[in-house]
Amino acid sequence: MATPLVVSEVAKSFTMHLRDGVRLPVVANVSFSVKAGECVVLGGPSGVGKSSILKMLYGNYGVDEGQILMEHDGRLVNLTTAEPRMVLEVRRTTLGYVSQFLRVVPRVSALDIVAEPLQARGVAAGEARERAAELLSKLNLPKELWALPPATFSGGEQQRVNIARGFITDHRILLLDEPTASLDAKNRAVVVEMIAEKKAEGTALVGIFHDEEVRDAVADRIIDVSEFSPRKQAA
Amino acid sequence: MSAVPLLKVNDVSKFYGSRIGCRNVSFELYTGEVLAIVGESGSGKTTLLSCLSTRLMPTSGIVEYHMRDGQYRDLARMGEAERRFLMRTDWGFVHQNPADGLRMTVSAGANVGERLMGVGDRHYGNIRATAKDWLTRVEVDDDRIDDQPRAFSGGMRQRLQIARNLVTSPRLVFMDEPTGGLDVSVQARLLDLVRGLVHDLGLAAIIVTHDLAVARLLSHRMMVMKDGAVIEQGLTDRVLDDPREPYTQLLVSSILQV
Repeated sequence: MATPLVVSEVAKSFTMHLRDGVRLPVVANVSFSVKAGECVVLGGPSGVGKSSILKMLYGNYGVDEGQILMEHDGRLVNLTTAEPRMVLEVRRTTLGYVSQFLRVVPRVSALDIVAEPLQARGVAAGEARERAAELLSKLNLPKELWALPPATFSGGEQQRVNIARGFITDHRILLLDEPTASLDAKNRAVVVEMIAEKKAEGTALVGIFHDEEVRDAVADRIIDVSEFSPRKQAA
Repeated sequence: MSAVPLLKVNDVSKFYGSRIGCRNVSFELYTGEVLAIVGESGSGKTTLLSCLSTRLMPTSGIVEYHMRDGQYRDLARMGEAERRFLMRTDWGFVHQNPADGLRMTVSAGANVGERLMGVGDRHYGNIRATAKDWLTRVEVDDDRIDDQPRAFSGGMRQRLQIARNLVTSPRLVFMDEPTGGLDVSVQARLLDLVRGLVHDLGLAAIIVTHDLAVARLLSHRMMVMKDGAVIEQGLTDRVLDDPREPYTQLLVSSILQV
């Protein structure tokens, strides 16, 4: 399918029950689609709801209304109503996510963290580790760190582990939450190149990039998220 | 994805006289799924776990298990012998206090071997070799095989209890606060171990915990209980990142950041 991701009229608010039930509208009427091989960048000022949209697309935020349709295993899945085990299945084979921060598991080495998504898809451990090693060396992560759990790594090092983990599979849809935020120029260039490769392979990408240079290099289209701000729509 | 649930829970309630233990709980569990039941003390987590694992009879409601022969069986209508056989072979139960799940006065090897004999293994050499292998898998030195768990630390006892439960390749494991009472460094090691084993063996597990970090690390799905009822459930990271119910929001916001 040429359009693996369609977002239709999605709205999201938070109700803060511990603050007297204050209701915080986040976004409303979010509608866009992403084609295979396209990189769509969510733009707009901080706090406008860019990360919230990514989290809804990944399923760790619920939505109040609307649909998030993904092409998964030859059919359409609406992520907003899918059962938990379906969401997990979609994440395993179709939907990848590079978060801003790495959630480290005690005692698991950087190499195994990166190899895990491939192993979850049935690739043998040895082969998955080889692929992981390739990616980590491409991202210039010093080899002596590979066998260590990333808890003590610097921000940039953790981020590169995270990027490698997100890019190792051939997921059709990839979400990127500021993947270059704490990287130096050299590694930013590597990531830009990796994104270009994903596009060439036909992956649909949705990302948040604050770095203008990176954004200009990867974006096919920029969606201004402030258009979805409920305050603006009310005004 | 497996097409049929391993466990079907329909409207289960348990009353202690007029007091509510748990009420109107329904869900389905599939092979490969880890479900965390969270909530504070007295919310009904352990009562529910006991009803599911036939340690308590529900006051009302039905719990059905998909047997290896492909049939669903109503656990409450099963004979005592059959239920005991299920507990010994197809299920595991990891208690918070290892002393409740181990035999403290027989050797570590015998603790593991006993479950194997329960499924009909009779060859001493094989049993001992398997027990050794499992001790290594749960990171207990295999030269401790002839020691009694009385002589083990709390963390080692808990790992031994896990080995004893997993040695028969159960399809469903119940865990009641498996990391409660262990210090944090031991907890991290145990969590990582359980996470790896659950993943490698592809079993289904129901874990009762009041520790949301444990739930985050181990579970796919989560149910939040309060006053005996399930008030919120869903994908674990959805419930923790975007809690909807007032009580869940309170729980999540009460986690101390280190």
